[in-house]
Amino acid sequence: MDEIVSKIADTSRKMRRLIIEMLSLAGSGHPGGSLSSVEIIASLYFHIMRHNPSNLLWEDRDRFILSKGHCCPTLYAALALSGYFPMEELKTLRKLGSILQGHSDRLATPGVEMSTGSLGQGLSCAAGIALGGKLSKKDFFVFCLIGDGENQEGQVWEAAMSASHYKLDNLICFLDYNKLQIDGRVSDIMNIEPVVDKWRAFGWEVMEIDGHNIGEIIEAVDRAKEIKGKPKIIIANTIKGKGVSFIENKVEWHGVAPTKEEAERALKELE
Amino acid sequence: MEQEATRDAYGKALVELGRQNPDIVVLDADTSSSTRTNWFAKEFPDRFFNFGVAEANMLGYAAGLALAGKIPFVSSFAVFGSIRAYEQIRTSICWPNLNVKIVLTHAGISVGEDGASHQAIEDIATMRVLPNMSVIVPADANETRRAIFACCEHKGPVYIRLGRAKFPLLPDAGFEIGKARIIKPGNDISIIACGLMVFEALKASDMLGKDGISARVVNMSTIKPIDKEAIISAAKETKAIITAEEHSIIGGLGSAVCEVLSEKAPTIVKRIGIQDVFGTSGKPEELLSYFKVDAKAIYKEAITLVNRNGSI
Repeated sequence: MDEIVSKIADTSRKMRRLIIEMLSLAGSGHPGGSLSSVEIIASLYFHIMRHNPSNLLWEDRDRFILSKGHCCPTLYAALALSGYFPMEELKTLRKLGSILQGHSDRLATPGVEMSTGSLGQGLSCAAGIALGGKLSKKDFFVFCLIGDGENQEGQVWEAAMSASHYKLDNLICFLDYNKLQIDGRVSDIMNIEPVVDKWRAFGWEVMEIDGHNIGEIIEAVDRAKEIKGKPKIIIANTIKGKGVSFIENKVEWHGVAPTKEEAERALKELE
Repeated sequence: MEQEATRDAYGKALVELGRQNPDIVVLDADTSSSTRTNWFAKEFPDRFFNFGVAEANMLGYAAGLALAGKIPFVSSFAVFGSIRAYEQIRTSICWPNLNVKIVLTHAGISVGEDGASHQAIEDIATMRVLPNMSVIVPADANETRRAIFACCEHKGPVYIRLGRAKFPLLPDAGFEIGKARIIKPGNDISIIACGLMVFEALKASDMLGKDGISARVVNMSTIKPIDKEAIISAAKETKAIITAEEHSIIGGLGSAVCEVLSEKAPTIVKRIGIQDVFGTSGKPEELLSYFKVDAKAIYKEAITLVNRNGSI
Protein backbone atom coordinates (compact mmCIF):
# COMPACT_ATOMS: atom_id res chain seq x y z
CA MET A 1 0.00 0.00 0.00
CA ASP A 2 2.80 2.42 0.89
CA GLU A 3 4.28 1.83 -2.53
CA ILE A 4 0.97 2.60 -4.24
CA VAL A 5 0.54 5.76 -2.19
CA SER A 6 4.01 7.04 -2.94
CA LYS A 7 3.55 6.29 -6.65
CA ILE A 8 0.30 8.27 -6.73
CA ALA A 9 1.94 11.07 -4.74
CA ASP A 10 4.62 11.21 -7.41
CA THR A 11 2.02 11.28 -10.16
CA SER A 12 0.11 14.00 -8.30
CA ARG A 13 3.22 16.19 -8.27
CA LYS A 14 3.62 15.55 -12.00
CA MET A 15 -0.04 16.46 -12.57
CA ARG A 16 0.34 19.72 -10.62
CA ARG A 17 3.28 20.68 -12.82
CA LEU A 18 1.29 19.86 -15.94
CA ILE A 19 -1.67 21.92 -14.71
CA ILE A 20 0.55 24.95 -14.12
CA GLU A 21 2.24 24.58 -17.52
CA MET A 22 -1.06 24.06 -19.32
CA LEU A 23 -2.77 27.05 -17.73
CA SER A 24 0.18 29.32 -18.20
CA LEU A 25 0.39 28.45 -21.90
CA ALA A 26 -3.36 28.84 -22.30
CA GLY A 27 -3.34 32.21 -20.55
CA SER A 28 -6.66 31.43 -18.84
CA GLY A 29 -8.34 28.72 -16.79
CA HIS A 30 -8.94 27.63 -13.22
CA PRO A 31 -5.89 26.78 -11.11
CA GLY A 32 -7.52 26.84 -7.65
CA GLY A 33 -10.02 24.01 -8.01
CA SER A 34 -7.80 22.11 -10.46
CA LEU A 35 -5.04 21.88 -7.87
CA SER A 36 -7.40 20.97 -5.01
CA SER A 37 -8.74 17.93 -6.85
CA VAL A 38 -5.41 16.42 -7.92
CA GLU A 39 -5.08 13.58 -5.39
CA ILE A 40 -8.71 12.50 -5.89
CA ILE A 41 -8.40 12.29 -9.68
CA ALA A 42 -4.92 10.75 -9.52
CA SER A 43 -6.09 8.04 -7.11
CA LEU A 44 -9.04 7.28 -9.37
CA TYR A 45 -7.12 7.03 -12.64
CA PHE A 46 -3.94 5.42 -11.33
CA HIS A 47 -5.30 2.97 -8.82
CA ILE A 48 -9.04 2.82 -8.17
CA MET A 49 -10.76 2.80 -11.56
CA ARG A 50 -11.03 -0.09 -13.99
CA HIS A 51 -10.36 1.54 -17.36
CA ASN A 52 -8.53 0.93 -20.60
CA PRO A 53 -7.23 3.86 -22.68
CA SER A 54 -7.00 1.67 -25.78
CA ASN A 55 -10.63 0.57 -25.51
CA LEU A 56 -12.62 3.75 -24.91
CA LEU A 57 -16.03 2.14 -25.28
CA TRP A 58 -15.32 -0.90 -23.11
CA GLU A 59 -18.74 -1.50 -21.58
CA ASP A 60 -17.44 -2.70 -18.23
CA ARG A 61 -15.20 0.30 -17.54
CA ASP A 62 -15.71 2.43 -14.46
CA ARG A 63 -16.85 5.93 -15.36
CA PHE A 64 -15.67 9.27 -14.02
CA ILE A 65 -17.83 12.38 -14.42
CA LEU A 66 -16.16 15.69 -13.61
CA SER A 67 -19.20 17.74 -12.70
CA LYS A 68 -17.02 20.75 -11.84
CA GLY A 69 -15.99 20.92 -15.49
CA HIS A 70 -13.85 24.04 -15.07
CA CYS A 71 -11.25 21.84 -13.35
CA CYS A 72 -10.73 19.80 -16.51
CA PRO A 73 -6.95 20.52 -16.63
CA THR A 74 -6.60 17.97 -13.80
CA LEU A 75 -8.61 15.43 -15.75
CA TYR A 76 -6.66 16.18 -18.95
CA ALA A 77 -3.38 15.61 -17.10
CA ALA A 78 -4.64 12.27 -15.77
CA LEU A 79 -5.92 11.21 -19.21
CA ALA A 80 -2.68 12.16 -20.97
CA LEU A 81 -0.55 10.37 -18.35
CA SER A 82 -2.84 7.33 -18.73
CA GLY A 83 -2.23 7.29 -22.49
CA TYR A 84 -5.61 8.49 -23.81
CA PHE A 85 -3.84 11.01 -26.04
CA PRO A 86 -0.26 12.27 -26.55
CA MET A 87 1.23 14.48 -23.82
CA GLU A 88 1.95 17.09 -26.50
CA GLU A 89 -1.78 17.86 -26.74
CA LEU A 90 -1.69 19.38 -23.25
CA LYS A 91 0.09 22.41 -24.70
CA THR A 92 -2.99 23.21 -26.80
CA LEU A 93 -5.45 23.66 -23.92
CA ARG A 94 -8.16 26.24 -24.74
CA LYS A 95 -6.67 26.99 -28.17
CA LEU A 96 -8.73 27.01 -31.38
CA GLY A 97 -8.95 23.50 -32.81
CA SER A 98 -7.64 21.81 -29.67
CA ILE A 99 -9.03 18.51 -28.42
CA LEU A 100 -8.81 20.10 -24.95
CA GLN A 101 -11.68 22.54 -24.56
CA GLY A 102 -11.93 25.11 -21.77
CA HIS A 103 -14.58 22.95 -20.13
CA SER A 104 -14.80 19.18 -20.65
CA ASP A 105 -16.32 18.12 -23.98
CA ARG A 106 -16.89 14.41 -24.50
CA LEU A 107 -16.97 14.74 -28.28
CA ALA A 108 -13.59 16.51 -28.35
CA THR A 109 -11.42 14.61 -25.87
CA PRO A 110 -10.76 10.86 -25.81
CA GLY A 111 -11.55 9.55 -22.33
CA VAL A 112 -13.85 12.38 -21.28
CA GLU A 113 -17.11 10.61 -20.43
CA MET A 114 -19.42 13.61 -20.24
CA SER A 115 -19.52 17.22 -21.34
CA THR A 116 -19.69 19.41 -18.28
CA GLY A 117 -19.08 22.97 -17.20
CA SER A 118 -22.51 24.19 -16.27
CA LEU A 119 -22.50 23.51 -12.56
CA GLY A 120 -25.05 21.22 -10.97
CA GLN A 121 -25.68 18.94 -13.92
CA GLY A 122 -22.98 16.27 -13.63
CA LEU A 123 -24.33 14.32 -10.69
CA SER A 124 -27.68 13.71 -12.42
CA CYS A 125 -25.83 12.40 -15.47
CA ALA A 126 -23.56 10.21 -13.33
CA ALA A 127 -26.62 8.82 -11.57
CA GLY A 128 -28.24 8.14 -14.95
CA ILE A 129 -25.20 6.11 -16.03
CA ALA A 130 -25.28 4.25 -12.70
CA LEU A 131 -28.97 3.46 -13.23
CA GLY A 132 -28.23 2.30 -16.79
CA GLY A 133 -25.44 0.06 -15.47
CA LYS A 134 -27.83 -1.55 -13.02
CA LEU A 135 -30.45 -2.09 -15.73
CA SER A 136 -27.84 -3.84 -17.88
CA LYS A 137 -26.64 -5.84 -14.86
CA LYS A 138 -23.12 -4.41 -15.19
CA ASP A 139 -20.84 -4.20 -12.19
CA PHE A 140 -19.00 -0.99 -13.07
CA PHE A 141 -18.85 1.96 -10.68
CA VAL A 142 -19.63 5.56 -11.55
CA PHE A 143 -17.50 8.20 -9.84
CA CYS A 144 -18.48 11.84 -9.82
CA LEU A 145 -16.63 14.90 -8.54
CA ILE A 146 -18.62 17.95 -7.53
CA GLY A 147 -17.45 21.27 -6.11
CA ASP A 148 -18.54 22.95 -2.90
CA GLY A 149 -19.92 26.05 -4.63
CA GLU A 150 -21.68 23.68 -7.00
CA ASN A 151 -23.29 22.05 -3.99
CA GLN A 152 -25.48 25.19 -3.85
CA GLU A 153 -27.28 24.23 -7.08
CA GLY A 154 -30.79 22.86 -6.55
CA GLN A 155 -30.29 20.15 -9.15
CA VAL A 156 -27.55 18.58 -7.00
CA TRP A 157 -30.17 17.94 -4.33
CA GLU A 158 -32.68 16.62 -6.84
CA ALA A 159 -29.96 14.20 -7.93
CA ALA A 160 -29.14 13.32 -4.33
CA MET A 161 -32.79 12.56 -3.56
CA SER A 162 -33.25 10.39 -6.64
CA ALA A 163 -29.97 8.46 -6.33
CA SER A 164 -30.94 7.22 -2.89
CA HIS A 165 -34.53 6.61 -4.03
CA TYR A 166 -33.16 4.34 -6.76
CA LYS A 167 -30.60 2.80 -4.36
CA LEU A 168 -27.66 3.55 -6.66
CA ASP A 169 -24.92 1.87 -4.64
CA ASN A 170 -22.71 1.83 -7.76
CA LEU A 171 -22.47 5.64 -7.55
CA ILE A 172 -19.64 7.19 -5.54
CA CYS A 173 -19.44 10.98 -5.40
CA PHE A 174 -16.59 13.14 -4.15
CA LEU A 175 -17.18 16.65 -2.85
CA ASP A 176 -14.02 18.71 -3.37
CA TYR A 177 -14.52 20.82 -0.26
CA ASN A 178 -11.91 23.55 -0.62
CA LYS A 179 -14.18 26.14 1.07
CA LEU A 180 -13.76 28.85 -1.59
CA GLN A 181 -15.83 29.90 -4.58
CA ILE A 182 -15.51 32.70 -7.14
CA ASP A 183 -16.90 35.47 -4.94
CA GLY A 184 -15.38 34.45 -1.63
CA ARG A 185 -15.67 31.90 1.16
CA VAL A 186 -18.44 29.35 0.60
CA SER A 187 -19.60 29.94 4.17
CA ASP A 188 -20.02 33.67 3.43
CA ILE A 189 -21.53 33.46 -0.07
CA MET A 190 -24.08 30.70 0.63
CA ASN A 191 -23.24 28.38 3.46
CA ILE A 192 -23.63 24.69 2.63
CA GLU A 193 -23.10 23.50 6.23
CA PRO A 194 -23.93 21.21 7.88
CA VAL A 195 -22.98 19.41 4.68
CA VAL A 196 -22.48 15.96 6.20
CA ASP A 197 -25.91 16.06 7.82
CA LYS A 198 -27.53 17.25 4.59
CA TRP A 199 -26.19 14.39 2.48
CA ARG A 200 -26.98 11.89 5.22
CA ALA A 201 -30.54 13.23 5.41
CA PHE A 202 -30.85 12.64 1.65
CA GLY A 203 -30.13 8.95 2.22
CA TRP A 204 -26.45 8.81 1.29
CA GLU A 205 -23.62 7.07 3.10
CA VAL A 206 -21.31 9.94 4.01
CA MET A 207 -17.60 9.80 4.76
CA GLU A 208 -15.28 12.67 5.55
CA ILE A 209 -11.59 12.57 4.67
CA ASP A 210 -8.52 14.67 4.02
CA GLY A 211 -8.77 15.04 0.25
CA HIS A 212 -5.01 15.26 -0.17
CA ASN A 213 -4.32 12.07 1.78
CA ILE A 214 -4.07 9.36 -0.87
CA GLY A 215 -4.31 6.54 1.67
CA GLU A 216 -7.55 7.99 3.03
CA ILE A 217 -8.99 8.42 -0.48
CA ILE A 218 -8.29 4.79 -1.41
CA GLU A 219 -9.56 3.48 1.90
CA ALA A 220 -12.77 5.52 1.65
CA VAL A 221 -13.49 4.19 -1.84
CA ASP A 222 -12.78 0.62 -0.72
CA ARG A 223 -15.26 1.08 2.10
CA ALA A 224 -17.78 2.81 -0.16
CA LYS A 225 -17.72 -0.10 -2.60
CA GLU A 226 -18.69 -2.50 0.18
CA ILE A 227 -21.74 -0.53 1.32
CA LYS A 228 -24.85 -1.79 -0.46
CA GLY A 229 -28.26 -0.27 -1.05
CA LYS A 230 -27.38 3.42 -1.17
CA PRO A 231 -25.16 5.95 -2.96
CA LYS A 232 -22.00 7.16 -1.26
CA ILE A 233 -20.41 10.57 -0.93
CA ILE A 234 -16.87 11.23 0.22
CA ILE A 235 -16.57 14.76 1.58
CA ALA A 236 -12.94 15.51 0.77
CA ASN A 237 -11.55 18.43 2.77
CA THR A 238 -9.06 20.11 0.47
CA ILE A 239 -7.05 23.27 0.05
CA LYS A 240 -7.82 25.38 -2.98
CA GLY A 241 -4.64 25.82 -5.01
CA LYS A 242 -2.90 23.05 -3.03
CA GLY A 243 0.82 22.69 -3.71
CA VAL A 244 1.64 26.23 -4.82
CA SER A 245 2.19 28.54 -1.85
CA PHE A 246 1.06 31.76 -3.49
CA ILE A 247 -2.09 30.18 -4.96
CA GLU A 248 -3.13 28.18 -1.89
CA ASN A 249 -6.31 29.42 -0.23
CA LYS A 250 -6.44 32.60 -2.30
CA VAL A 251 -9.90 33.31 -3.63
CA GLU A 252 -8.53 35.48 -6.44
CA TRP A 253 -6.87 32.39 -7.96
CA HIS A 254 -10.19 30.72 -8.81
CA GLY A 255 -10.09 31.58 -12.48
CA VAL A 256 -6.80 33.29 -13.31
CA ALA A 257 -3.89 31.65 -15.11
CA PRO A 258 -0.34 32.09 -13.83
CA THR A 259 1.93 34.33 -15.90
CA LYS A 260 5.19 32.88 -17.23
CA GLU A 261 7.11 34.14 -14.19
CA GLU A 262 4.48 32.91 -11.74
CA ALA A 263 4.47 29.54 -13.48
CA GLU A 264 8.25 29.28 -13.10
CA ARG A 265 7.97 30.04 -9.39
CA ALA A 266 5.21 27.47 -9.02
CA LEU A 267 7.14 24.79 -10.94
CA LYS A 268 10.14 25.34 -8.68
CA GLU A 269 7.95 24.68 -5.67
CA LEU A 270 6.68 21.53 -7.31
CA GLU A 271 10.06 20.03 -8.09
CA MET B 1 -65.08 12.05 -37.75
CA GLU B 2 -62.78 9.74 -35.82
CA GLN B 3 -60.79 11.52 -33.10
CA GLU B 4 -57.77 10.65 -31.02
CA ALA B 5 -55.36 12.65 -28.85
CA THR B 6 -51.72 12.64 -29.89
CA ARG B 7 -50.73 11.82 -26.29
CA ASP B 8 -52.88 8.68 -26.44
CA ALA B 9 -51.12 7.62 -29.63
CA TYR B 10 -47.81 8.24 -27.86
CA GLY B 11 -48.78 6.06 -24.89
CA LYS B 12 -49.74 3.20 -27.19
CA ALA B 13 -46.66 3.55 -29.39
CA LEU B 14 -44.38 3.44 -26.35
CA VAL B 15 -45.84 0.13 -25.20
CA GLU B 16 -45.41 -1.29 -28.71
CA LEU B 17 -41.82 -0.05 -28.88
CA GLY B 18 -41.12 -1.36 -25.39
CA ARG B 19 -42.09 -4.85 -26.51
CA GLN B 20 -39.74 -4.66 -29.48
CA ASN B 21 -36.73 -3.03 -27.89
CA PRO B 22 -35.49 -3.83 -24.37
CA ASP B 23 -33.23 -0.74 -24.39
CA ILE B 24 -36.21 1.61 -24.29
CA VAL B 25 -36.62 3.27 -20.89
CA VAL B 26 -39.24 5.84 -20.00
CA LEU B 27 -38.87 8.76 -17.60
CA ASP B 28 -41.59 11.03 -16.28
CA ALA B 29 -41.90 13.76 -13.67
CA ASP B 30 -45.17 13.09 -11.86
CA THR B 31 -47.30 13.53 -14.98
CA SER B 32 -47.44 9.93 -16.19
CA SER B 33 -51.22 9.59 -16.08
CA SER B 34 -51.53 12.71 -18.26
CA THR B 35 -48.67 11.98 -20.66
CA ARG B 36 -49.85 8.34 -20.91
CA THR B 37 -46.42 6.98 -19.99
CA ASN B 38 -48.26 5.14 -17.20
CA TRP B 39 -49.37 2.65 -19.87
CA PHE B 40 -45.70 1.78 -20.42
CA ALA B 41 -45.09 1.78 -16.66
CA LYS B 42 -47.84 -0.77 -16.17
CA GLU B 43 -46.34 -3.24 -18.62
CA PHE B 44 -42.65 -2.49 -17.95
CA PRO B 45 -42.35 -1.32 -14.34
CA ASP B 46 -38.61 -2.08 -14.31
CA ARG B 47 -37.96 0.25 -17.24
CA PHE B 48 -40.07 3.17 -16.04
CA PHE B 49 -38.69 5.85 -13.73
CA ASN B 50 -40.68 8.57 -12.04
CA PHE B 51 -38.58 11.49 -10.86
CA GLY B 52 -41.26 13.33 -9.00
CA VAL B 53 -41.50 17.05 -9.62
CA ALA B 54 -37.87 17.51 -10.69
CA GLU B 55 -37.55 17.95 -14.45
CA ALA B 56 -33.97 19.22 -14.59
CA ASN B 57 -32.68 16.15 -12.76
CA MET B 58 -34.80 13.89 -14.97
CA LEU B 59 -33.17 15.25 -18.12
CA GLY B 60 -29.72 14.74 -16.57
CA TYR B 61 -30.59 11.12 -15.85
CA ALA B 62 -31.78 10.75 -19.44
CA ALA B 63 -28.35 11.92 -20.61
CA GLY B 64 -26.69 9.37 -18.33
CA LEU B 65 -28.97 6.55 -19.43
CA ALA B 66 -28.19 7.36 -23.06
CA LEU B 67 -24.47 7.25 -22.21
CA ALA B 68 -25.08 3.79 -20.75
CA GLY B 69 -26.59 2.62 -24.06
CA LYS B 70 -30.29 3.01 -23.28
CA ILE B 71 -32.85 4.89 -25.38
CA PRO B 72 -34.62 7.16 -22.91
CA PHE B 73 -38.01 8.67 -23.69
CA VAL B 74 -38.54 11.61 -21.34
CA SER B 75 -42.01 13.01 -20.79
CA SER B 76 -43.71 15.80 -18.95
CA PHE B 77 -45.88 18.77 -19.81
CA ALA B 78 -44.33 20.88 -22.57
CA VAL B 79 -43.77 23.95 -20.37
CA PHE B 80 -41.86 22.10 -17.68
CA GLY B 81 -40.01 19.55 -19.79
CA SER B 82 -38.74 22.07 -22.31
CA ILE B 83 -38.31 25.46 -20.73
CA ARG B 84 -37.78 24.71 -17.05
CA ALA B 85 -35.14 22.12 -17.94
CA TYR B 86 -33.86 24.10 -20.90
CA GLU B 87 -30.23 24.45 -19.95
CA GLN B 88 -30.03 20.78 -19.03
CA ILE B 89 -31.36 19.90 -22.50
CA ARG B 90 -28.87 22.30 -24.04
CA THR B 91 -25.75 21.38 -22.10
CA SER B 92 -26.23 17.79 -20.95
CA ILE B 93 -28.07 16.46 -24.01
CA CYS B 94 -27.64 18.54 -27.17
CA TRP B 95 -24.01 19.62 -26.74
CA PRO B 96 -22.77 16.03 -26.23
CA ASN B 97 -25.32 14.94 -28.89
CA LEU B 98 -26.92 12.20 -26.81
CA ASN B 99 -29.64 9.83 -27.94
CA VAL B 100 -32.47 11.21 -25.81
CA LYS B 101 -36.09 11.49 -26.97
CA ILE B 102 -38.02 14.28 -25.31
CA VAL B 103 -41.76 13.84 -25.85
CA LEU B 104 -43.81 16.52 -24.18
CA THR B 105 -47.58 16.77 -24.06
CA HIS B 106 -50.08 19.53 -23.23
CA ALA B 107 -48.32 21.97 -25.58
CA GLY B 108 -49.95 25.11 -26.93
CA ILE B 109 -52.97 27.09 -25.79
CA SER B 110 -55.30 24.20 -26.62
CA VAL B 111 -54.40 22.72 -23.23
CA GLY B 112 -57.19 25.07 -22.18
CA GLU B 113 -58.48 25.90 -18.73
CA ASP B 114 -55.19 25.62 -16.81
CA GLY B 115 -54.19 28.97 -18.30
CA ALA B 116 -50.94 30.74 -19.07
CA SER B 117 -48.63 28.89 -16.64
CA HIS B 118 -49.39 25.60 -18.40
CA GLN B 119 -49.59 26.78 -22.02
CA ALA B 120 -46.29 26.20 -23.82
CA ILE B 121 -46.13 28.60 -26.73
CA GLU B 122 -42.34 29.06 -26.72
CA ASP B 123 -41.17 25.46 -27.01
CA ILE B 124 -40.74 25.17 -30.78
CA ALA B 125 -38.63 28.34 -30.78
CA THR B 126 -36.45 27.31 -27.87
CA MET B 127 -35.94 23.74 -29.00
CA ARG B 128 -35.16 24.48 -32.63
CA VAL B 129 -32.30 26.85 -31.82
CA LEU B 130 -30.36 24.00 -30.21
CA PRO B 131 -27.68 22.36 -32.40
CA ASN B 132 -28.18 18.59 -32.94
CA MET B 133 -31.84 18.77 -31.91
CA SER B 134 -34.63 17.62 -34.24
CA VAL B 135 -38.07 19.12 -33.67
CA ILE B 136 -41.25 17.31 -34.64
CA VAL B 137 -44.87 18.45 -34.28
CA PRO B 138 -47.16 15.65 -35.47
CA ALA B 139 -50.49 16.65 -36.97
CA ASP B 140 -52.57 13.82 -35.55
CA ALA B 141 -52.51 10.51 -33.71
CA ASN B 142 -51.45 8.45 -36.74
CA GLU B 143 -48.52 10.70 -37.47
CA THR B 144 -47.57 10.68 -33.80
CA ARG B 145 -47.26 6.90 -33.82
CA ARG B 146 -45.09 7.04 -36.92
CA ALA B 147 -42.97 9.87 -35.49
CA ILE B 148 -42.35 7.97 -32.25
CA PHE B 149 -41.11 4.94 -34.20
CA ALA B 150 -39.03 7.11 -36.54
CA CYS B 151 -37.37 9.02 -33.72
CA CYS B 152 -36.40 5.75 -32.07
CA GLU B 153 -34.48 4.82 -35.22
CA HIS B 154 -32.86 8.24 -35.45
CA LYS B 155 -29.65 8.68 -33.46
CA GLY B 156 -29.50 11.92 -31.51
CA PRO B 157 -31.75 14.20 -29.52
CA VAL B 158 -35.33 14.66 -30.70
CA TYR B 159 -38.13 16.84 -29.37
CA ILE B 160 -41.69 15.75 -30.15
CA ARG B 161 -44.47 18.19 -29.30
CA LEU B 162 -47.87 16.74 -28.46
CA GLY B 163 -51.20 18.15 -27.33
CA ARG B 164 -53.78 17.27 -24.76
CA ALA B 165 -57.13 17.41 -26.53
CA LYS B 166 -58.53 14.85 -28.93
CA PHE B 167 -58.68 15.98 -32.49
CA PRO B 168 -59.59 14.46 -35.85
CA LEU B 169 -57.46 11.92 -37.69
CA LEU B 170 -56.18 12.96 -41.10
CA PRO B 171 -55.65 10.51 -43.94
CA ASP B 172 -52.54 8.54 -42.96
CA ALA B 173 -49.86 9.89 -45.27
CA GLY B 174 -46.81 8.32 -43.62
CA PHE B 175 -43.99 10.15 -41.92
CA GLU B 176 -40.31 10.72 -42.47
CA ILE B 177 -38.16 13.05 -40.32
CA GLY B 178 -37.45 16.18 -42.36
CA LYS B 179 -40.14 15.60 -45.01
CA ALA B 180 -43.20 17.79 -45.37
CA ARG B 181 -46.32 16.40 -47.03
CA ILE B 182 -48.86 18.10 -49.25
CA ILE B 183 -52.13 17.06 -47.65
CA LYS B 184 -54.23 18.92 -50.21
CA PRO B 185 -53.05 20.26 -53.57
CA GLY B 186 -53.68 23.88 -54.59
CA ASN B 187 -52.17 26.55 -56.79
CA ASP B 188 -53.39 29.95 -55.55
CA ILE B 189 -51.93 30.11 -52.09
CA SER B 190 -50.18 27.68 -49.72
CA ILE B 191 -50.97 27.11 -46.07
CA ILE B 192 -48.01 25.57 -44.28
CA ALA B 193 -49.10 24.26 -40.89
CA CYS B 194 -48.03 21.96 -38.09
CA GLY B 195 -49.75 20.12 -35.27
CA LEU B 196 -53.49 20.52 -34.85
CA MET B 197 -53.34 23.59 -37.11
CA VAL B 198 -53.04 21.23 -40.09
CA PHE B 199 -56.67 20.29 -39.50
CA GLU B 200 -57.64 23.96 -39.20
CA ALA B 201 -55.73 24.63 -42.43
CA LEU B 202 -57.74 21.94 -44.21
CA LYS B 203 -60.98 23.50 -42.98
CA ALA B 204 -59.79 26.92 -44.16
CA SER B 205 -58.83 25.46 -47.53
CA ASP B 206 -62.36 24.05 -47.90
CA MET B 207 -63.85 27.47 -47.05
CA LEU B 208 -61.56 29.15 -49.59
CA GLY B 209 -62.51 26.57 -52.20
CA LYS B 210 -66.10 27.79 -51.97
CA ASP B 211 -64.83 31.27 -52.90
CA GLY B 212 -62.99 29.83 -55.86
CA ILE B 213 -59.55 30.05 -54.23
CA SER B 214 -57.41 26.98 -54.48
CA ALA B 215 -55.31 26.64 -51.30
CA ARG B 216 -52.54 24.07 -50.93
CA VAL B 217 -52.16 22.57 -47.46
CA VAL B 218 -48.70 21.47 -46.45
CA ASN B 219 -48.16 19.49 -43.25
CA MET B 220 -44.74 20.62 -42.01
CA SER B 221 -44.50 18.14 -39.16
CA THR B 222 -40.72 18.38 -38.90
CA ILE B 223 -39.78 21.92 -37.94
CA LYS B 224 -36.11 20.99 -37.80
CA PRO B 225 -34.52 19.94 -40.07
CA ILE B 226 -37.11 21.81 -42.13
CA ASP B 227 -38.07 20.66 -45.62
CA LYS B 228 -36.68 23.57 -47.66
CA GLU B 229 -37.74 22.09 -50.99
CA ALA B 230 -41.39 21.90 -49.97
CA ILE B 231 -41.28 25.54 -48.87
CA ILE B 232 -39.57 26.74 -52.04
CA SER B 233 -41.99 24.81 -54.27
CA ALA B 234 -44.91 26.31 -52.37
CA ALA B 235 -43.43 29.77 -52.99
CA LYS B 236 -42.84 29.10 -56.68
CA GLU B 237 -46.04 27.24 -57.44
CA THR B 238 -48.47 29.43 -55.49
CA LYS B 239 -48.71 33.20 -55.08
CA ALA B 240 -48.47 33.60 -51.33
CA ILE B 241 -47.88 31.63 -48.17
CA ILE B 242 -49.64 31.45 -44.83
CA THR B 243 -48.06 29.63 -41.91
CA ALA B 244 -50.19 28.35 -39.05
CA GLU B 245 -49.08 27.10 -35.67
CA GLU B 246 -50.43 26.91 -32.17
CA HIS B 247 -47.30 28.67 -30.87
CA SER B 248 -45.88 32.17 -30.61
CA ILE B 249 -45.46 33.84 -34.00
CA ILE B 250 -41.89 34.52 -32.86
CA GLY B 251 -39.37 31.78 -33.47
CA GLY B 252 -41.62 28.92 -34.46
CA LEU B 253 -42.79 27.38 -37.74
CA GLY B 254 -43.57 30.77 -39.30
CA SER B 255 -40.11 32.08 -38.53
CA ALA B 256 -38.48 28.90 -39.81
CA VAL B 257 -40.40 29.17 -43.11
CA CYS B 258 -39.48 32.86 -43.45
CA GLU B 259 -35.81 32.09 -42.84
CA VAL B 260 -35.84 29.73 -45.82
CA LEU B 261 -37.85 32.02 -48.06
CA SER B 262 -35.95 35.23 -47.40
CA GLU B 263 -32.77 33.57 -48.68
CA LYS B 264 -34.13 31.27 -51.37
CA ALA B 265 -37.42 32.64 -52.73
CA PRO B 266 -38.67 35.90 -51.22
CA THR B 267 -42.43 35.65 -50.96
CA ILE B 268 -45.20 37.36 -49.02
CA VAL B 269 -45.83 35.33 -45.86
CA LYS B 270 -48.53 35.88 -43.27
CA ARG B 271 -48.00 34.09 -39.99
CA ILE B 272 -50.88 32.76 -37.93
CA GLY B 273 -49.84 32.21 -34.31
CA ILE B 274 -50.04 33.67 -30.81
CA GLN B 275 -49.25 37.40 -31.10
CA ASP B 276 -46.47 37.76 -28.52
CA VAL B 277 -48.78 37.44 -25.51
CA PHE B 278 -49.25 34.82 -22.82
CA GLY B 279 -52.22 32.48 -22.83
CA THR B 280 -55.28 32.58 -20.64
CA SER B 281 -57.91 30.17 -19.29
CA GLY B 282 -60.73 29.00 -21.48
CA LYS B 283 -62.03 26.04 -23.45
CA PRO B 284 -59.58 24.88 -26.14
CA GLU B 285 -61.89 25.79 -29.03
CA GLU B 286 -62.70 29.18 -27.46
CA LEU B 287 -58.98 29.91 -27.08
CA LEU B 288 -58.15 29.02 -30.68
CA SER B 289 -60.74 31.53 -31.80
CA TYR B 290 -59.84 34.15 -29.12
CA PHE B 291 -56.17 34.11 -30.11
CA LYS B 292 -57.10 33.94 -33.81
CA VAL B 293 -55.38 30.67 -34.51
CA ASP B 294 -58.12 28.71 -36.22
CA ALA B 295 -59.59 28.00 -39.64
CA LYS B 296 -61.46 31.30 -39.65
CA ALA B 297 -58.29 33.29 -39.01
CA ILE B 298 -56.47 31.46 -41.78
CA TYR B 299 -59.38 32.05 -44.14
CA LYS B 300 -59.49 35.79 -43.38
CA GLU B 301 -55.75 36.16 -43.84
CA ALA B 302 -55.96 34.32 -47.15
CA ILE B 303 -58.71 36.60 -48.43
CA THR B 304 -56.64 39.68 -47.46
CA LEU B 305 -53.61 38.26 -49.25
CA VAL B 306 -55.63 37.52 -52.37
CA ASN B 307 -57.05 41.04 -52.42
CA ARG B 308 -53.60 42.55 -51.92
CA ASN B 309 -52.24 40.54 -54.80
CA GLY B 310 -55.18 41.33 -57.03
CA SER B 311 -57.85 38.82 -57.87
CA ILE B 312 -56.64 35.32 -58.48
